[in-house]
Amino acid sequence: MDFSYVIWIPALPLISFLLLGLFNRYFRKEPVAGYVGVASLGTAWVLALYTAWKYFFEVGLQNGQYVPFTPFKWDWIHFAGKLSIDMGILLDPISVMMLVVVTTISFMVHIYSIGYMYGDEGFARFYAYLSLFSFSMLSLVLASNIFQIYIFWELVGVSSFLLIGYYFVKPSAIAAAKKAFIVTRFADFFFLVGILMIGYFVGTFDIETLNSEGTIAWIAQHPGPVFMGLSAVTWALILIFVGGAGKSAMFPLHIWLPDAMEGPTPVSALIHAATMVVAGVYLVARLFPLFYHVGDGFALRVVASVGTFSALFAAIIALTQEDIKRVLAYSTMSQIGYMMMALGVSGYEGVEGLGYMAGMFHLFTHAMFKALLFLIAGVIIHAVHSNLMKDMGGLHKYMPISSWTFLIAALAISGIPPMAGFYSKDEILHAAFEYNFLIWLVGFLVAGLTAFYMFRLYFRIFHNGTREYHHPPKEDSRAMTGPLIFLAVLTLTVGWVFTPFSKYVTPTRVPFTYHIHWGSPLVLGSMAIALAGILTAYFFYYKPTDYPQKAARAFGLTYQWAKNKFYMDELYLFITKRIIFDKISKPSAWFDRHVVDGMMNALGNTTVWISNRIKVLQSGRLQEYGIYFVYGVVVLIMVFYFLNF
Amino acid sequence: MNWENLFALMRNEILLVIAVLALILVDLFTPKAKKKFVIHTANVLFFLFMLWSFVPLPEGTLFGGSFVSKPLIGFFKAVMNVGVMLIMLQAVEWVRKELIPQGFASEFYVLLWSSLLGLDYLISSGDFLMFYLGLELSALPVAALAAFEFYRKRSAEAAVKYVLLAAMSSAIMLFGISLIYATSGSIYFDDILHVNQMPLLELVGFVMMVSGVAFKISLVPFHFWTADVYEGAPTVVSNYLSVISKGAAVFILMTLLFVPLRRYEGTWTLMLWILAVLTMFVGNFFALRQQNMKRFLAFSSVAQAGFILLGVIGGNAMAVKTVIYFLLIYIFSNVAAFGVVHVIAMHSGKENIDDYTGLYRTNPRLSLLLMLALFSLAGIPPVAGFFGKFFLYATAAHKGYYWLVFIAVVNVTISLYYYLLPVRAAFLRRSENPIPYFRSDIYSKLGFAVLAAGLIVIGLYSPLYEYIAQLSQIFQ
Repeated sequence: MDFSYVIWIPALPLISFLLLGLFNRYFRKEPVAGYVGVASLGTAWVLALYTAWKYFFEVGLQNGQYVPFTPFKWDWIHFAGKLSIDMGILLDPISVMMLVVVTTISFMVHIYSIGYMYGDEGFARFYAYLSLFSFSMLSLVLASNIFQIYIFWELVGVSSFLLIGYYFVKPSAIAAAKKAFIVTRFADFFFLVGILMIGYFVGTFDIETLNSEGTIAWIAQHPGPVFMGLSAVTWALILIFVGGAGKSAMFPLHIWLPDAMEGPTPVSALIHAATMVVAGVYLVARLFPLFYHVGDGFALRVVASVGTFSALFAAIIALTQEDIKRVLAYSTMSQIGYMMMALGVSGYEGVEGLGYMAGMFHLFTHAMFKALLFLIAGVIIHAVHSNLMKDMGGLHKYMPISSWTFLIAALAISGIPPMAGFYSKDEILHAAFEYNFLIWLVGFLVAGLTAFYMFRLYFRIFHNGTREYHHPPKEDSRAMTGPLIFLAVLTLTVGWVFTPFSKYVTPTRVPFTYHIHWGSPLVLGSMAIALAGILTAYFFYYKPTDYPQKAARAFGLTYQWAKNKFYMDELYLFITKRIIFDKISKPSAWFDRHVVDGMMNALGNTTVWISNRIKVLQSGRLQEYGIYFVYGVVVLIMVFYFLNF
Repeated sequence: MNWENLFALMRNEILLVIAVLALILVDLFTPKAKKKFVIHTANVLFFLFMLWSFVPLPEGTLFGGSFVSKPLIGFFKAVMNVGVMLIMLQAVEWVRKELIPQGFASEFYVLLWSSLLGLDYLISSGDFLMFYLGLELSALPVAALAAFEFYRKRSAEAAVKYVLLAAMSSAIMLFGISLIYATSGSIYFDDILHVNQMPLLELVGFVMMVSGVAFKISLVPFHFWTADVYEGAPTVVSNYLSVISKGAAVFILMTLLFVPLRRYEGTWTLMLWILAVLTMFVGNFFALRQQNMKRFLAFSSVAQAGFILLGVIGGNAMAVKTVIYFLLIYIFSNVAAFGVVHVIAMHSGKENIDDYTGLYRTNPRLSLLLMLALFSLAGIPPVAGFFGKFFLYATAAHKGYYWLVFIAVVNVTISLYYYLLPVRAAFLRRSENPIPYFRSDIYSKLGFAVLAAGLIVIGLYSPLYEYIAQLSQIFQ
């Protein structure tokens, strides 16, 4: 099978980016830029679906194992031995799956934005950025070399920065864009160090070579120097995970994600819910054989702990937020924590790889329903002109499509069958239960919290009595409601259609069979806690009551802490301002100004002084030039005569 | 004599002679009013010739070893042809405006190509006879070229200075060669490698001979002609001298040092060390006080020659590949810088750094090219020059010349200052009466586009470096 056409999947958005970016002024007439973007993403989407079909159902499975394809690989910079930076395409189950996720969501967001961004001054600019993001994300997903991942990883960060700060006249948008960029860049620094360490200690950047059994066996024999009881390669993996945690907003590097909601809502749906933020999960999955085998899986245990903690931490904060996009942002963080947890608890061979499969499945389903939730939030904000829940209520009768699709998505994220989220979440909890009781317990609790805060959102927006609006809110644009319905249908179906997901994605690429035991206490338990969460939310919020205030008072200080996001932002400010700026930066600045610059000034002054002294040599007189020539020869001969002979 | 063999190995030179003769004939039969046709013919002819020169040359020798051909030599000839082509593209407008009214048309091209022919023989030489003939053949047409604007006093002065100093340097060099012949009894490079030596006499011959090449490369203290000639000569001629002639001289210097004078490695590395340090410092000290762009670029090219020695001093295959890679980048950078100076001088008559103030507002694309070229000369990433300099340092450091690398780094710091002066004038300063906007002719535009692309691509496109590395394996 010749997959070389796959290069068009990232190339099409690149072309539309160049077109819209360079010839911006020719796309002044509003929807035209949107059509260009939609056309390129639509084609990429069709190509991605075709690729997935071919790969999973026709050519991928050979002798009971999915084989990787590299239809394109260019040796860009070659170092010694096997170490080289390539630009290539690697097709394997997870990259093909990601291809489908990214193109689907991106295509939907492109369509949706025609309605959402209509009338905005920078319409063409917005589409140029969206295309740039899609190009970078698709290239990241397809990368065959970790350095290539890193390059596009940064490019994804740049496009995220541009899109968060899209409303650059708003100071808060600028601040949020900077915050997101700096925090993720800070994490990426560790990622880069990790990559370089891999290059130094393992000697290759190629993902297939790194994940091969030969390399893993080689690493086991050559662990490199040991630091704090961990081998160099383990450290490298932990550093790489720090990079992933930064992009995926894991505790304590999550502080940028809620602020990133300053960007236009379609951007939040695409980048900060479905694609870019799961890049960290994808990274761990990409190098899963290394994470699992090297250093007895220590790095993987770090992944599991960070993921589990983040899931709980974010879910608690989500309970207390008032801004709907922020609730969704913390919910995203919590769900990504779930995925990390699933990868962390996973085994390797056969059914042991359940966690890995479940994590990837959850990534897949979560992308659909979380993007849907954000797009609905966009419709609501568009209609009500506010992000805050207190300005909403009783919207069900004005906006039925939003209400019904929101309900579907909320049921999905809470884990109610037959919605997509149920299958993946249940499998994660199963994998966690096999691994460690405590992790399972946290996951179980988070499932209940998730159901509660999602339905808190649902009831407060769409029910909770009636309210008077100046202009009756309505869903006006087909371009906006179309994607909602499409994604809602996906949310309803992908769960049971693709179960068992282990037919497609496993750590060893060997499919295994897995059945959900409908009657088992685990499944019933997770459904029960989800229902409990929903019912509590119903009693609290279906009609205006005073239970919420009572509950808040009952939790007292804990509630205040959660509402203020556990003061993480203040902690960061304290560390950067009081410690780094005052104690480190200021003294360094003094040293730089007085000592380093002083030396440079001295060099400059000396240079000018000498230059003034010797200018007489260049007199313009031919005779003198001739004499200098002869002097030169004679002096050189003398030097050699006395030095060498 | 095997004729097929002759054509295969000497293809470049024979074709160039044919091109020269053809152009003279075309000029002869072109009526006075239509001399522009000669320019077009010359460009097309040379372009075809340049394309042909990319067909790799076979390995072999002619005339009992006086003429040597190797893939590496063939590649460098092709690089020089590219450089000359780029210079010719910039010269079209000048030839049309300045030379045709004086009654010249083909003469410029005939002289330029003859000089190039000399350089081709020079880098292909396998003995001192061919070496000397090539050097002289390349030098004499340049004197005539420098005097082309003879109605300007400075142009004539430049020609006289060049011809007198070149004659003196030739005399000293020839004396040195005869001393080497006296001690070794042979003029063939390969024989000299194997004979016993009479140290002192040969040492004197060696220094004298190398000084002749150093004159061409403009190493301190043999560089004094550089600034005066570059400033006085027509800019395209200065351009040719600063890159093509200098590049070929560096190439032959490596051949001389690495083959016949291999035994003296200890001696010539010391000599190169001294010359490199002197050249970098003196070039920089003078460059930083220049106001005239052509003088400025002249001293900058002196300083660059010092950096090149950092690579030559390595004395192995790595040295050869880094130096040739650097020369390739240097050709692109300097041709671009001189090209911008040339078109500006031609359209506005201004040559000083201060005149460039506010250039970005009136001629943004030219300013950007100038910036790229100067950044490349200064070695600022990601422009190609950075990679070139980086590999030169790596070569010197590899051989353990850490002090030399340190001195080079200090010099780069100094050079940053003056390379940024024109950029600052063009971009950051506003002027009451900047150089007005003008349109360049289509030939220059084409050349500038190629140069700009080259300055970015050559550094990033690694297969080119790999290719040069593979060709350089002939030196151990």
